[in-house]
Amino acid sequence: MEQLRTIGRELAMGSQGGWGQSKEFLDLVKSIGEARSKAEEDRIISRELEHLKRRLADPDVQRRKMKELLLRLVYAEMLGHDASFGHIHAVKMTHDESLPLKRTGYLAVALFLDERHDLVILVVNTIQKDLRSDNYLIVCAALTAACRLIGEEAIPAVLPQVVELLAHPKEAVRKKAVMALHRFYQRSPSSVSHLVSNFRKRLCDNDPGVMGATLFPLYDLILEDPNSYKDLVVSFVNILKQVAERRLPTSYDYHQMPAPFIQIKLLKILAVLGSGDKQASGHMYTVLGDIFRKGDTASNIGNAILYECICCISSIFPNPKMLDAAAETTSKFLKSDSHNLKYMGIDALGRLIKINPDIAEEHQLLVIDCLEDPDDTLKRKTFELLYKMTKSTNVEVIVDRMIEYMINITDHHYKTEIASRCVELAEQFAPSNQWFIQTMNKVFEHAGDLVNIRVAHNLMRLIAEGFGEEDEGADSQLRSSAVDSYLRIVGEPKLPSSFLQIICWVLGEYGTADGKYSASYIVGKLYDVAEGHPTDDTVRAYAISAILKIFAFEIALGRKMDMLPECQSLLDELSASHSTDLQQRAYELQALLGLDKQAVESVMPSDASCEDIEIDRNLSFLNGYVQQAFENGAAPYIPESERSGAISVSNYRAQDQQETSAHALRFEAYELPKPSLPLAASQVSISTPNTDLVPVPEPSHYKEGNQMSRSQPSGDSLSGEFGVKLRLDGVNKKWGRPTYSSSSTPPSSTSSQQATNGGSGSEVGRSTSSQARESSYGSKRQQGTEVSAEKQRLAASLFGSSAAKADRRGQAGRKTAKESPSTEKVAIANATPQPAKEQVIPSAPPPDLLDLGEPVSSNPPSADPFTQLEGLLGPASASPVLSDAPASSTSKTPDLMSIFSDDVQTGVTGGTTEPSLGVNVVAAKKGPSLQDALQKDVAARQVGVTPTGNNPILFKDLLG
Amino acid sequence: MIQAVMVMSTQGKPRLLKFYSFQPPEKHQDLVRGVFQLLSARPDSVSNFIEADAIFGPGVKLVYKHLATLYFVFVFDSSENELAMLDLVQVFVETLDKCFKNVCELDVVFNFNKLHTILDEMILGGQVIETSSEQIMRSVEEIARLEKQSNTTSLIPKSISERFSR
Repeated sequence: MEQLRTIGRELAMGSQGGWGQSKEFLDLVKSIGEARSKAEEDRIISRELEHLKRRLADPDVQRRKMKELLLRLVYAEMLGHDASFGHIHAVKMTHDESLPLKRTGYLAVALFLDERHDLVILVVNTIQKDLRSDNYLIVCAALTAACRLIGEEAIPAVLPQVVELLAHPKEAVRKKAVMALHRFYQRSPSSVSHLVSNFRKRLCDNDPGVMGATLFPLYDLILEDPNSYKDLVVSFVNILKQVAERRLPTSYDYHQMPAPFIQIKLLKILAVLGSGDKQASGHMYTVLGDIFRKGDTASNIGNAILYECICCISSIFPNPKMLDAAAETTSKFLKSDSHNLKYMGIDALGRLIKINPDIAEEHQLLVIDCLEDPDDTLKRKTFELLYKMTKSTNVEVIVDRMIEYMINITDHHYKTEIASRCVELAEQFAPSNQWFIQTMNKVFEHAGDLVNIRVAHNLMRLIAEGFGEEDEGADSQLRSSAVDSYLRIVGEPKLPSSFLQIICWVLGEYGTADGKYSASYIVGKLYDVAEGHPTDDTVRAYAISAILKIFAFEIALGRKMDMLPECQSLLDELSASHSTDLQQRAYELQALLGLDKQAVESVMPSDASCEDIEIDRNLSFLNGYVQQAFENGAAPYIPESERSGAISVSNYRAQDQQETSAHALRFEAYELPKPSLPLAASQVSISTPNTDLVPVPEPSHYKEGNQMSRSQPSGDSLSGEFGVKLRLDGVNKKWGRPTYSSSSTPPSSTSSQQATNGGSGSEVGRSTSSQARESSYGSKRQQGTEVSAEKQRLAASLFGSSAAKADRRGQAGRKTAKESPSTEKVAIANATPQPAKEQVIPSAPPPDLLDLGEPVSSNPPSADPFTQLEGLLGPASASPVLSDAPASSTSKTPDLMSIFSDDVQTGVTGGTTEPSLGVNVVAAKKGPSLQDALQKDVAARQVGVTPTGNNPILFKDLLG
Repeated sequence: MIQAVMVMSTQGKPRLLKFYSFQPPEKHQDLVRGVFQLLSARPDSVSNFIEADAIFGPGVKLVYKHLATLYFVFVFDSSENELAMLDLVQVFVETLDKCFKNVCELDVVFNFNKLHTILDEMILGGQVIETSSEQIMRSVEEIARLEKQSNTTSLIPKSISERFSR
């Protein structure tokens, strides 16, 4: 502000009589400088923009005035205001005859537009014309603009001219033409691939500047494919030699250094070409040695060249003499007082230790100095070096240092990075389990929300699986030390959510395993966590599941355990929670308490979180059902891609709306006002039957949203109920959070219902509802396809996405898909052994239980699930029959769509659906929090591939 | 390659913005703000380099020079040499000094189009094409002379073109 006042003063004095701009511009700058607030500045500029808008559109404005107006526009845009109205004027100005105006036009266009902008097409023609101009300045301006504005499609339009310019008499033009070609290469390598020879030719240009410019595209090309350019090694070495020996005109000297930028680029190129190539490297040693010898460590640019030499030496085939020279220079850098040189020294050291790790030893103290330095950049660079230097011997010190630094910084980006590095190093080199757990605790305590949640899952896995090579005793020791430390930490305030999740999971899984702590003590702690984080549903879910596990283990051991009163009140609270997930968990816990020992043992086996689960990838258990459907005249499933005919979305919207209005029970107002309801209904009724089959996923999501918003799903029909779940999947794909993987939910819950009822209850429900629908359908359209679609939908709703999956397969290889549904039941029985029928319903949901943090709409809020189910069946079969034709058809269509939306989902995700399905079954045995990791693991095991992620080492360790 | 050149005042006001890799215009101010926050947090007599991957993406660094009331910032990726970039800032500043004779912030504010011209002679498409400030000055003067000529032919009053020349 002070400075800007000075501006004002100087302006007032008129000491320099302006800077070639008009008074208006001076006034503008002055008033902006004097503005006291951002709002005031914005006001001034919007006024200015209004003014400019008027003036630019005024045809009577002088052309020279136009230039200034445009510059003012550029100025306004630089300050962050939208000046898009003036872009077209900038484009127009490029057409101008006069050089200053044209140049201003090009300048403005290059600043305003980019290659993807619509207006660029108007500039291409001008550029084309100007590239042929006699005036080399115009050519230069056009080339500069071309670098910025010519996108992939426009390259062919200007390419011939640019290539011609490579032979232009002016070296400035040749240089810029080379750069333009380079730019084109960056945009679209294929478009200029036939011109590569031109770059080689220009390398021999008489003008060193042009030669230097050629190095840029060559560098890119060589990076891409070093082997095709090995023949140039000798030429590059020669050029470098000549440059270093000052054979170039002195005008290329910079601070007494001959053409330093060319030298640097050459060294970079040689580093790439010599990498791992002994023969090519052999050519380079002499010249590199020369450069080192002549090296000028007094000037900045001299050091830049030396540094580049070190980089080159560390990249090419190693030569002991060269390495010594490099190490010597590096130590000079490190010993320098300049922070810049220290920084370069640390970086150089990082490169050299890759070849010879011992080099670092002699610089230990200097490195430690850099670590203590107040300069953040230097510190980070040093941490990077340490990260590269880490071995199992020094890991403790380095990681401790890193964590210490991590705690003190606020920069989230870097904090995340350093946290993940700590994790990586700790996992790779951990000297002991205790240390590892302590380190991870620290990382999670201070940066838990920043590290990838997968790291948390991996930690849980690690605790669950142990370190692999060690025996069971060590593993259980690891677990109890983890439990000990977590019990200590858990009381601390402000722990990150992911850390709490780990704590809850570990306490739930292993809290009582070694018998050191009583179950009620652990439960008390877990209760504190759940109570202390009323807003974090995920943590609460983990806590409640952990409590469930503790109770399960206690019951399995035959010990009677009473629910603490405050815990009971928490359960009651959660049973009425807004989060369906929490609700479900609470109900499940309550249900579990009522089970006998045997049932509990099957539902929640102790320490089974690492066991593998058989997964029926082909969903063969559905074959029989599909076959049955075919025998009943069902049409084969047609994949979405093969279906034709798109129907306007509005149609479906209307249908949805109609569908919702057709139901009797509704407790909330519509979310969105929807006009033209009757019209929509009539549209539906007259629409061709085909339309109903056309997959339009959006409306179903939309509808889903509607239904989700209702806290009471009980009013819906069975179909509606299942439809909700299925559509949930679609929503998940469309908008869901990345971690949201509810695709696994429907199969589990439906299958468990299927299992518990012994196939009878839902079987009946299915047939009645489908019959009902069939009849209503038949009355309207008598279409076999629809009936089958109806069945498929039901299948989908009963078996979740798996049914749709089977349908798909049925379409492809129908004959193979012929097995009885019993397979499916077996599969389920494997995972969730079914206890007595009546009791099972509450206990059946464990899979869902473990669906961490996912809103599961399947659980009724406050009633026995079984009766709830019955209640759902009623309306399902009744409503279509009772309602009149349009209503029934509409009530159906969303369900159809639900199939399709589900299809879409399975189609898109392909194989992933099945693993997740399997995981759900897996989850029945395992702790909730591992789900992600397990999912990955299961997928990996099935595919037979070690999963890769951001941090492959993680998996290398964990999978053994 | 060089991704951007920024000149900003010590108050964080942009004085010159030139992006060589595309950045959507609406993002420009965020970038300026982000860079300014980094710069203003740094004490004197530390290195001139900052790793700016939080703002510009992985591997991107910036080198800056704090001169009087201005920050000169060059943003570049791993294919450039940090020390060389620091010297390029020096070249730029030297050229400005030659061009304006004791350059000050006001010159930069009012002649940002001239700054663009100078930069276009130094850097093209994100690559350094010229590092000699004499050579750059010669090109810039040549452009100014030719523009003046064409100015007279286009009947723009001399009083204006004189000051206006670039």
